[in-house]
Amino acid sequence: MTIEIKTSTMKPIRNTYAHIERRFGDKPATRYQEATYDVHSTHNFHYKPLWDQDRQINDPARTAVVMGDWYDLKDPRQFYYGPYVQNRSKMQENAENNFKFFEKRGLGESLNSSLREKIIELVIPMRHAEVAANLNNMYGTAHGTGTAVTQALIFEAMDRFGNAQYFSKIGLALDGNTGDSLATAKEHWMSNPAWQGVRAYCEKTLTIKDWFEAFIAQDIVLDTLINDLYYRQFDEWLTQNNGRDLLLLMEFMQDRAKDSQRWSDSVLKVVVTESEHNSNQVLAWISTWRIRAQEALEPLASALLGDKALADAFAVLEKRLTKVGLNC
Amino acid sequence: MSPKKLNLKDKYKLLTRDLDWEFSYEDRKEAFPYEEFEGIKITDWDKWEDPFRLTMESYWKYQAEKEKKLYAIYDAFAQNNGQTNVTDARYVNAIKLFLTGVSPGEHAAHLGFAFTGRQMGGIGARVAAQMQSIDELRHIQTQIHAMSHYNKFFDGFDEFNHMHDRLWYLSVPKSFFEDARTAGPFEFMIAIGFSFEYVLTNLLFVPFMSGAAYNGDMATVTFGFSAQSDEARHMTLGLEIIKFLLEQHEDNLPIVQKWLDKWLWRGYRLLTLVAMMMDYMLPQKVMSWQEAWELYFEDAAGALFKDLERYGIKMPDYTDTIKQEKEHLSHQAWWIFYQYTHAAAFHTWTPTAEEMDWLSEKYPDTFDKYYRPRWELAAEMEAKGERFYTTGLPQLCQTCQIPMAFTEMSDPTQVSYRESIYNDERFHFCSDPCKSIFDNEPEKYVNAWLPVHQILQGNCGGGGLDKVMEYYHLDDGVANLEFEGSPDAERWKEWKGVA
Repeated sequence: MTIEIKTSTMKPIRNTYAHIERRFGDKPATRYQEATYDVHSTHNFHYKPLWDQDRQINDPARTAVVMGDWYDLKDPRQFYYGPYVQNRSKMQENAENNFKFFEKRGLGESLNSSLREKIIELVIPMRHAEVAANLNNMYGTAHGTGTAVTQALIFEAMDRFGNAQYFSKIGLALDGNTGDSLATAKEHWMSNPAWQGVRAYCEKTLTIKDWFEAFIAQDIVLDTLINDLYYRQFDEWLTQNNGRDLLLLMEFMQDRAKDSQRWSDSVLKVVVTESEHNSNQVLAWISTWRIRAQEALEPLASALLGDKALADAFAVLEKRLTKVGLNC
Repeated sequence: MSPKKLNLKDKYKLLTRDLDWEFSYEDRKEAFPYEEFEGIKITDWDKWEDPFRLTMESYWKYQAEKEKKLYAIYDAFAQNNGQTNVTDARYVNAIKLFLTGVSPGEHAAHLGFAFTGRQMGGIGARVAAQMQSIDELRHIQTQIHAMSHYNKFFDGFDEFNHMHDRLWYLSVPKSFFEDARTAGPFEFMIAIGFSFEYVLTNLLFVPFMSGAAYNGDMATVTFGFSAQSDEARHMTLGLEIIKFLLEQHEDNLPIVQKWLDKWLWRGYRLLTLVAMMMDYMLPQKVMSWQEAWELYFEDAAGALFKDLERYGIKMPDYTDTIKQEKEHLSHQAWWIFYQYTHAAAFHTWTPTAEEMDWLSEKYPDTFDKYYRPRWELAAEMEAKGERFYTTGLPQLCQTCQIPMAFTEMSDPTQVSYRESIYNDERFHFCSDPCKSIFDNEPEKYVNAWLPVHQILQGNCGGGGLDKVMEYYHLDDGVANLEFEGSPDAERWKEWKGVA
């Protein structure tokens, strides 16, 4: 049996906003569509930015990549603000439980000291690298075109700031909330040779002027490699080296990286499929940044996992690029 | 060993402030290149006091709860035809003004805070700006969704974003936010973070949301409640930024004072739309514009400026002008829209006899003397089937872009004109402060996209008014013109079973 409540239905005079109807036809729209499409202002700008006098305040020319319609860069996750925070809220709840469990069972104390040191030396400093990721994605939010991509970029930026805080919390879970591990990790970030390449790479990305180049250097090149090194290879290494408990604390970052890659793959694919101009430009950026990444990550990858690790990570990058039609 | 208990401040320091580092491989100025050109001197970002110590995990958690509740109400509102529960169909015009005029400003603020959240050198300030940026994204999106259901039953919502870039009166809010975004990062923070979000928010956000509450608009008022805690955070950021800049270096004082003088006036002029909304558009009134101004500006901001006096900050000189204008502003503004409503995306009407009595009571020194006779004449003409519209195009103020219809306060029958010559060209202003804002940065304001100039130059569809209307996507006889007899009014009667 089903029960049916009678409601009075009123016939609407239109189904959705006019710009949504022009794009998708006269039918009810999704909330993602109404929240996303054509929200960026595009016409009749008033003043020249004092900090960029040659361009308009919203200007597609802030990247060398050219799109007929920037709203082609839609998010396969269909994240607008609401679903984004609700999704991450669920993930953080899980992370919070993991951290609580880790603390309650005193799992930090059962780690052997060489593993603990390794984490402090080679994992916790990621909290600083994540700040660069936060800034590079925020840069795209501020300077990119079309809410489809700029909203996804701020979600990525806030995620990465969240990551920076989770890496810091791992430190606090290991040092009994004294913050000593974070101070030590920062020293490693600042002067340990294993990190100097990555730090130089991060600093370099922060001087990029073209926002899509920043997306390539950060979200495609560096992140693919880091994700593979930390969330696949190091994950396996921990499993084999009595570090399983630590996986609890890395789970958020691992799941998030997968989720984010669905989006960045799609952005990359749409941009390079758009035109030869775009795919050549993107290839040019990738070829520069992969050389820098190679140099940057070699000492870190060797210290973390041994000599073969970086080559494996590069193979993953290769595969990812081939999948979207980029043959380097 | 049991882990140390961290207090909020220490925890926030470890989880946020400590994440930045000194660059060794690149010049930090290349990464944060816009920190100096405005003349602001930052000696030590570490002195920044975090206005709210919210970690990302707490942010996700709190905001997700708020979103969940908000959308549950939106769904219930739509399911139960909440649009029929507003006090009167005239009310809906207030939120048309909101969606076309205010909501796109939320998006502009989102982009502006993304810019400062990337460009400020101190991580504490950056993170606070980033959180405000994503909040502003929330606001534009939740507003679009709040109005989405109204859009299905009323005219004047459907082309909100097309219109925001084109329609004459919408260049007032559009130019306001673009003025702020095209400025440097610190001016933006003072313009939007402090002047707008701290000093003036009670005069913009609150009147619209209270208007919704008084007029049975469940969707909008629920949005308002849901955004309240975001707004509270934004206010603390606004206050921190001004204190921080003033404490950093004494040379910052004259710069900040100049920005305050500019932005409080720019903001006040923008509030003209709110003044007329409060006094004329709400069937169920909350309070008069004058009362709101006295309560939220003269009393509350007065106390704030007292507090800022210790840094050497002074209340702008023109607040006496505003004091005089408060008895005139809404009446003059509604008259502008009343006569140009054929080119607007909302309806206007003459106040009813009851409403005029309310206005007399609220404005005893001005309404009966200057404005009632005009409205009575308008009502008379309308009764004879000669509803008054002005066909000519008004001159716009080069700075605030409002039609030049405000009067001298010493003589409310005399329209106020000011002008400046720059590069042999003459520019017109509605007031002394708008003129002085222009005179301080003429090279910026000559680039204003003034709708009337653009129409006359043929850049808005060319040709006559019909072409301009097409350019605006404004169908004659639908979203525009007098409320009585409009499709909105007819549908409302049908719903309510009134002949």
